Amino acid sequence: MPDGGSQSTSKYKWIGTRPDRPDGADKVTGRARFGADFNLPGQLIGKVLRSPHPHAIIKSIDTSKAEALPGVKAVVTANDFPEQPNMIVPTGEMQVNLRDITRNIMAREKALYEGHPVAAVAAVSEQVARQALRLIKVDYKVLPHVIDVAEAMKPGAPVLHDTMITEGVNPPPTKASNIAKRIEFNKGDTKAGFAEAEVVIEENFTTQAVHQGYIEPHAALASAAEDGQVEVWSTTQGHFQVRGFCAKLLNLDTSQIRVTPTEIGGGFGGKTVVYLEPLAIRLSQKSGKPVKMTMTREEVFRASGPAPGGNVKVKIGAKKDGRIVAAECIVEMQAGAFPGSPVGPACMCSYACYDIDNMHIVGFDVVSNRPKVAAYRAPGAPISAWAVESAMDMLAQKLGMDPIDLRLKNAAKKGTKTAYGVTFNTIGMVETLEAVKNSAHYKTPPKPGYARGVAAGFWFNVGADSSAAAHVGEDGSVTVISGNPDIGGSRASLALMAAEELGVDYDKVRPVIADTASIGFNFVTGGSRVTFATGLAVVNSVRDMIRELKVRAAKIWNVDPEAVIWENGMAKPAGSNVGEFEPLTLAQLAAQAGRTGGPINGHAQLNVTGAGPGFGVHVCDLAVDHDTGCVTIGRYTAAQDVGTAIHPSYVEGQLQGGAVQGIGWALNEEYIYNAKGKLDNPGFLDYRMPVASDLPMIETILIEVPNPTHPYGVRGVGEVPIVPPTAAVGNAIARATGVRMTDLPMSPPRLSEALDAAAPRMAAD
Amino acid sequence: MAKIHVTTTINGSETEFLCEPNQTLLDVLRDTLGLTGSKEGCGSGDCGACSVTVNGRLVCSCLVLAPEAEGQKIETIEGMADGEKLHPLQKKFVELAALQCGICTPGFLVASKALLERNPNPTETEVRYWLAGNLCRCTGYDKIINAVMEVAADMRGASNA
Repeated sequence: MPDGGSQSTSKYKWIGTRPDRPDGADKVTGRARFGADFNLPGQLIGKVLRSPHPHAIIKSIDTSKAEALPGVKAVVTANDFPEQPNMIVPTGEMQVNLRDITRNIMAREKALYEGHPVAAVAAVSEQVARQALRLIKVDYKVLPHVIDVAEAMKPGAPVLHDTMITEGVNPPPTKASNIAKRIEFNKGDTKAGFAEAEVVIEENFTTQAVHQGYIEPHAALASAAEDGQVEVWSTTQGHFQVRGFCAKLLNLDTSQIRVTPTEIGGGFGGKTVVYLEPLAIRLSQKSGKPVKMTMTREEVFRASGPAPGGNVKVKIGAKKDGRIVAAECIVEMQAGAFPGSPVGPACMCSYACYDIDNMHIVGFDVVSNRPKVAAYRAPGAPISAWAVESAMDMLAQKLGMDPIDLRLKNAAKKGTKTAYGVTFNTIGMVETLEAVKNSAHYKTPPKPGYARGVAAGFWFNVGADSSAAAHVGEDGSVTVISGNPDIGGSRASLALMAAEELGVDYDKVRPVIADTASIGFNFVTGGSRVTFATGLAVVNSVRDMIRELKVRAAKIWNVDPEAVIWENGMAKPAGSNVGEFEPLTLAQLAAQAGRTGGPINGHAQLNVTGAGPGFGVHVCDLAVDHDTGCVTIGRYTAAQDVGTAIHPSYVEGQLQGGAVQGIGWALNEEYIYNAKGKLDNPGFLDYRMPVASDLPMIETILIEVPNPTHPYGVRGVGEVPIVPPTAAVGNAIARATGVRMTDLPMSPPRLSEALDAAAPRMAAD
Repeated sequence: MAKIHVTTTINGSETEFLCEPNQTLLDVLRDTLGLTGSKEGCGSGDCGACSVTVNGRLVCSCLVLAPEAEGQKIETIEGMADGEKLHPLQKKFVELAALQCGICTPGFLVASKALLERNPNPTETEVRYWLAGNLCRCTGYDKIINAVMEVAADMRGASNA
């Protein structure tokens, strides 16, 4: 039941209420169809043969025995995919090179990571497909590998791409290396700033690769017809991107491929690229039958795109009153086997919470024998924030300042110019810090045995391309059609905005997510853009429909359309001079539509700019078991500037879910490679994500500083919550134990080792 | 290899199927019987997305061999609602936004129902430990725990009335 609507303080009827989501019943009954739930008559099962080596030349592949196995209908290798140009295209918040992506979906000259696909088969059953994989003979020449970024950057390291010359260095290096790119951001005079500093904090931090950990493995079903038309069902954050990539990789027109997004079982950025879809299409083309492919969890870990690990060097100089006068940050980031880590956003976000005159920020994009990284919630930002927000806490400790006060002293505000050149419009960093300072949590001291950590975080948020349509049904009910998979309740937020705009009940608006052939282009569900940008497209499509509704009422009344207004879901005369007319409801206008010009629809398409950036501040109380290094989180609060909370429950859910992913990143999660360059923990038992018993309730504080560029003040909210947690946890551990952890994760073995190492020193102090 | 003929009861209906000796109950539910509400998140019993009950006992159906279903009573998410009426847990999960993407939701609901059948008055800690075998990556568990606690209180209230 909506519990809003009665809020006398709200200027809205629907926005800010908490109705049931339109897809709720489907998702609690098992009726909702996710990626692996789709099947077609006569379908084959596709499986992928993957490289067992982290780095090897593929000398030859013999598929003849597999092809001869009864039940095998098609086998593909890199030879079945055309070569691609050296061309960068966007995917979600990151970018990929077509030349690289065709090599990532199917290795060509070399296998570049353990799990890299080298061949795929389609057969009448999974059993036969697996048997066929064992019959494919690949002749490898195994090469020395490199996993660690610092090692990969050293001269003499095994080089993954022998034509890769570091970009962004002048003059360009003459030799190939694993450093794909160097980037730099400067503001003011950092040298002069540090000369002015009275206190300087300098420290090196590291993080490990982590996985998004969506519970639904990748899955795709493709059916290619003899006339070149292709249908695909895929669990993806962007079916238009699936279409676009598959068209490029297979030399098809985008109009030849129709992609239907299934319900998506989590993505967090990891489902913005293609792995299985082009293989399933090619296998379907070759076999003439539909082909279904799903990844096992092990394949997801080894061969989808985790978030990178990185090394971050931070230096912050401040006056004794806490004012920061200079800041530096150097980020070396894993890209995986191909260039394109989120080192850019990591650099740009590093100090974005603060108003600092002098900044010098450098980033390196580094390849190594790991799976190509993909986006993960605020890609890159948590890595630099781990370092910067830990250093901020060290500064607060050194100055004896409250960590909130230190951040308030330096907080970014309207007019603050960032290191990357953008000047902020209205933002809520100060409001968020103040809300935390005044919160019940912050005003209550930690329980005995517990200590408190604080950290902040930033994300730009994204706008980009969206299309939407609104249709009035014959009975006056409304369908709103958009093209972004609903990953966390966006159907509800879009329907709420449409109901508000139209002045009808939420229940009368049915939101639908259309396939690539049934609505115009939409950029991915990512970057915290759907409620903001697609929301704006929905609002505009409803406005377009209202314009048409007014035209129809004007026709019925025989007046000018300008003489008609739309109010509370009805057409009314603009004033008494127009004439005496009873208001016309949606149902009445729909009933007469045939006589007034036919169906009543609205459309909108736009490239949305003006995404309002978001700021978050998290507070973590925890206790450390000094014997085991085990951390117990006792209380946790996530506060964030959310613009306008369209459906507050799902906004809270974003903050809670992001915080918990960040807690996992802080305490347990990491890709562990052995000396042979193979992943040792490709399963949920050994890659330990937080479970319910690890956690307390996650308290949320929603600070509503409306985004001035959006009609309902929407800001993206999904990314920011994963940025502050690692440092909030680390800062609490530092205050609980006196030991400053600089390497993630702060897992029990690492933490107990650090505590043991510090114990003699602390005893001596 | 000859297939095995299994007779079992699923959501109250007697059901027969043929399976390979090494097939899991999850595979048969999803691929043979079309009951795709149980999800495969890991195939190793670590995520709980495939949770069902066998004779009232909560299990990961990916760890049960299909032939073991012979003569047993299996309950899946598809049997949870009563005709047009959602189970109170299903209703509450939607009402409190205890799901985001929804892939883990069937498993959480089956597990939560099994908890409340054993313990109608669980503490928050008991709920958290009972559900520790079910992974959710979206919600941070908060709203799930709240939903289960509220339904437990509602059901106790209803049974006392």
